[in-house]
Amino acid sequence: MDAASFMLADQPLDVAALSGALQGPEVGALAVFEGRVRRTNLGRQVLRLEYEAAPELAEPEFERLANEIRDRFEILDLRCVHRTGSLEIGDCAVWIGVTAAHREPAFDACRMLIDELKHRLPIWKKEHYADGDSGWIGHP
Amino acid sequence: MSRRIEVRFFAVLRETAGKRSETLDTDAVTVRALYEELRTQYGFTLPVSSMRVAIHDAVQPWDTPLQDGDVVTFIPPVAGG
Repeated sequence: MDAASFMLADQPLDVAALSGALQGPEVGALAVFEGRVRRTNLGRQVLRLEYEAAPELAEPEFERLANEIRDRFEILDLRCVHRTGSLEIGDCAVWIGVTAAHREPAFDACRMLIDELKHRLPIWKKEHYADGDSGWIGHP
Repeated sequence: MSRRIEVRFFAVLRETAGKRSETLDTDAVTVRALYEELRTQYGFTLPVSSMRVAIHDAVQPWDTPLQDGDVVTFIPPVAGG
C-alpha cells in the first residue's frame, strides 16, 4: 500500500473516525498529530481563529510534500485534514495520521509533515484577540 | 499591449481588496508589475519580497511575463497548522 491524502474541511473533525480508518494488516504503528487552537499566542489572549486555504494550490503542494516524505521514510499511509473557516479554542485545526510497520518512520514522517506543512501549504490563519484586535499570522 | 488576466486574492489581500477575484485588462509586463499596479490601486501593504505568486496554480518567479488569459494567485505569508 502506498497512499496519501489531503482534505480541507469546513466542519469540525471527527478525529476518532479519521484514526479508525487507518487500518491494514501490515500496520504496526499509527502516529497521529492534532494541532489545536490555543487560547494564548505570543502573550495575547485569543478568542477564535479563522483559516483560509487555496485548494487548487494546496493539493498539488501536499502531493509534492507527501512524495518527499515517502522517499525518506518507510511508511504505509499518510493522511492530513486541515480545517477552514471559524474555529474556537480547543478545536482541532489540523489532523495528521501516518501508518507504518514500525514506530520510528511513523513518528518521523508525522513530524516532517506538520513541520513542512506550516510554511509550504497555502493556508492562512487570522487570530481574533480578546482586546478586539485581529491579524493575519506570519505577516511582516 | 493589453492582456486580460484573472487575479485571485486570499487572506489579507482578499480583505483589503474586498473581493476574492477579478478579471482585468493590464499593460503590466510581469506579474511583479501587475502586483505593483494592484498595490497602488488597493493599498496593499505586503511587499513582493514577503509573498509568492502562482500562475495557473503553479508557483512562478515574480519576473515571469504575463500572457493573455493567465490566472494569477498572489500568496501572502502562509500559516497552516
